[in-house]
Amino acid sequence: MPQQKTKRIKTTITVNGETREVEIEVPDIEAAWGDPKNMRWLGKRIPRVEGADKVTGRAKYTYDIQLPGMLYAKILRSPYPHARIRSIDASRAEKLPGVKAVITDLTREPKYVGEEIAAVAAVSEQVARDALHLIQVEYEPLPFVVTPETAREPSAPRVHGGQNVSGGNPRERGDVDSAFRRSDVVVHEATYSVPARSHCCLEPHGLVCQWQGDKLIAWASTQGIFSVRDELAGALGIPASNVRVICEHMGGGFGSKFGARAEGVICARLAKMAGAPVKLMLDREEEQLATGYGPGVTAKVKIAATRDGQLVAWESETYGTGGIGGGANIPLPYIYPVPNVRTRHYDIATNIGASAALRAPGHPQASFIMESAMDDLAHRLGMDPLEFRLKNDPNPVRQAEYRLGAERIGWNRRSQMGARVPGAIKRGLGVASAIWGGGGGAGSRPTVRIEPDGSVEVRLGTQDLGTGTRTYVAAIVAEELGLHIRQVKALIGDTDYGYSGASGGSTTTASVAPAVKMAAMAARERLVAVVSQHLQANPADIVLADGKVTARNGSEKSLTWKQACALLGKEGIEVQGEWNANLQGSGVAGCQFAEVEVDTETGKVRVIKIVAVQDCGLVMNRLGVESQIYGGVTQGLAMALYEQRLFDEQTGRMLNANLEEYKLPGPLDMPDIEAIVYDNPTGKVSGMGEPPVIPTAAAIGNAVFHAIGKRIHSLPITPAKVLEALGKV
Amino acid sequence: MDDEREKLPQHPSQEVDTSRRQFLRNLGVTAAIASLLSSGAILEERRAKRAQAQTSQTPPGGETTLRGTVAVTLQVNGKQHTLQLEPRVTLLDALRDHLGLTGTKRVCDRGSCGACTVLLDGKPVYSCSVLAVDAQGKKIETVESLAQGEQLHPLQQAFVEHDALMCGFCTPGFIMSLKALLDKTSQPTPQQVKEACAGNICRCGTYNRIFEAALSAVQSMRRGG
Repeated sequence: MPQQKTKRIKTTITVNGETREVEIEVPDIEAAWGDPKNMRWLGKRIPRVEGADKVTGRAKYTYDIQLPGMLYAKILRSPYPHARIRSIDASRAEKLPGVKAVITDLTREPKYVGEEIAAVAAVSEQVARDALHLIQVEYEPLPFVVTPETAREPSAPRVHGGQNVSGGNPRERGDVDSAFRRSDVVVHEATYSVPARSHCCLEPHGLVCQWQGDKLIAWASTQGIFSVRDELAGALGIPASNVRVICEHMGGGFGSKFGARAEGVICARLAKMAGAPVKLMLDREEEQLATGYGPGVTAKVKIAATRDGQLVAWESETYGTGGIGGGANIPLPYIYPVPNVRTRHYDIATNIGASAALRAPGHPQASFIMESAMDDLAHRLGMDPLEFRLKNDPNPVRQAEYRLGAERIGWNRRSQMGARVPGAIKRGLGVASAIWGGGGGAGSRPTVRIEPDGSVEVRLGTQDLGTGTRTYVAAIVAEELGLHIRQVKALIGDTDYGYSGASGGSTTTASVAPAVKMAAMAARERLVAVVSQHLQANPADIVLADGKVTARNGSEKSLTWKQACALLGKEGIEVQGEWNANLQGSGVAGCQFAEVEVDTETGKVRVIKIVAVQDCGLVMNRLGVESQIYGGVTQGLAMALYEQRLFDEQTGRMLNANLEEYKLPGPLDMPDIEAIVYDNPTGKVSGMGEPPVIPTAAAIGNAVFHAIGKRIHSLPITPAKVLEALGKV
Repeated sequence: MDDEREKLPQHPSQEVDTSRRQFLRNLGVTAAIASLLSSGAILEERRAKRAQAQTSQTPPGGETTLRGTVAVTLQVNGKQHTLQLEPRVTLLDALRDHLGLTGTKRVCDRGSCGACTVLLDGKPVYSCSVLAVDAQGKKIETVESLAQGEQLHPLQQAFVEHDALMCGFCTPGFIMSLKALLDKTSQPTPQQVKEACAGNICRCGTYNRIFEAALSAVQSMRRGG
């Protein structure tokens, strides 16, 4: 056997929401997507295949699963940010009619408000709630700290026993101090900050667990059915092969739904104890307190460029908090290459639940800090901020995107706007940019089956977070076999369908699509081998299109799809595919332009328009990719103007642990959004769920700066901050 | 903090105010609210009386006190259903947990997101903020009533074609808010469309496509006569 060719590639991998760049060795197998111009489905506007199920209410989410005899579980959570549990007495709860199982061994020392203390399964949710009230817990409250500013002080209560502050090692290249001292540079110094933001998935975290003997079936609202399986198996001490996880539809994850998590293990344990299926879905307050959030970060920044606008030095000291977890670091300097750099980052522990990955972890924060500093420096240099970026951004894709976006937003109107134009309502334009990995990884094992009656099925244990996975999985197979997309049944969201990785770091499409393509190609090859014999044609002359199999050899003999499949014999075709690195790419660039209107009397910012230009690699589904851009921009706008988690230092409680005081934009807050898909001619598939969320807040912040001539240094940009910046309060 | 959300009309074009505060103010079922704020004493009482429903009149305010479980008759999507429910069960939970109509979604369970919107006598309400007992005698429409077999309602069809949904969890709520608008206004303006769903939240960020879909549905309904 000849030795298989291999090559080394750089790609992104995601483990429990942590995304990092790695270099791996992969098989080098010839394969290509082909010319997008010749495609019937891929790259076109394909309505999602489960659309009808979702608009009619037929789609069953985890929250909608109902099983005979199913119980409902609720979790008792710590009311204290830090406490020792002296005793728990659940005897009254156990005696309440309808209560079927109680767990009280979850922790002895809760470290945040909302940490799991005890749990109950009962015949109804109301009874389960009643039972929680009957559990008597004696707490010894302990000292705590919930803000990073206080937690940094030497006298602050220790969250984990040791120091609250970790990190701080400088990362350095070049000669930073000399660069800042050069006589031909302009230096800008400022502090910028971004608050922690909650995911607010509309379907809460939760599961339904059902035991069948020593086997467990878990319906989970998750971004990783296999990571839920592995975590449940590990926590329960049973083989992974005894656990089946199902997630047919799920109501949003945004990085917070990896693994079984505490509620998953609790749900499985209660179901085992009660001998009945158990549903455990969190409520809105629990979502805010105990399911993670994107960490906030504050950055003290120093940046310098030569008078003609060439970046020469960057220094930043950042600190942020991931609560009792870590992970508040961000990539700085962002996007723009700077020759002399020194960065220091500190993670600060606080008595708040652990943070989780949130759509493009660290990048929107880094973008706001870097792009604000870039604009402020451009202002000091007397340069147009777009020109400053064109000069310092070597990425060829973004160079093209800047020009396209500037034209669409009407950047040339910029000089007629801004603080100096008379009137109470000021207008401004801003720009910011993004980069994201989005490459894929090996492991997905899709199966394509062609039955002798012509039906076609593709199965894979991936999941659709609403990003459209199911649709492009079906489309790839339909494209390869010359079928209508409705003729291909795509089965996903079940660990019985074969391994695929978790959906995070925008790695799903670049991992799944190449493997499905390889499986579809293998299925096609088998079919062509059989049909070419029957039609007495060379396999290379067989064409599959429009539901027909035709010999393009002059004879033009043709079979309908059904006739061709009838030749397969009873066993049909069943083939697996493996990931192929030659079909995927990574590193998608984007930029966004914002136009805003600021009422200088009220301080209210209205975003009028966002133009988002996004490199999406080879587009699988244009309609779906545009939706991702709309979604990213909308969440970026939320970050710019509305979102922040507020804590009370006195009690350690979150003040807006809900959906009304934790503010999200509604329909009336929406600007016009122009989503421009930049078709990258590389012909490789990339993930792009995350990139479009990255630059929006920074672009809006810069537009506000242009409009009022004052920088708002911290997000969200509230009317109060605007009025304060204008010296009106 | 700015106070945007509070200022938003929940369903502005409707004469019935279904906001949280109004809901609490209008509530006539006193025992039900006491039970929502369940205390040990009520639990003791309930344990004793669980098996049988009792209804008694409290003379001064003319209010009804309900305990145990009660027979509740709901007219949902044209069919009558009689259920045995605790009085504190919301219309949302009655639909989802007792009638298996899970198209109506539970997200915030306190009237701030609109995912549970259904029509009550043609008016959009947050079904999490209406008690099932109070929905008796009214015509209840849920998202399950819109399609005729495989034939989608023009709004649903437009949502699919315009990809006005991603995760889809908010979708039934938006569709019902917009259905209420289209039932009474055949030619809504873009602003009316936005206002009709101003009490609904989408976290995936599909708003602009929802507006697009709704206006396109208006066109296709007009073409269809």
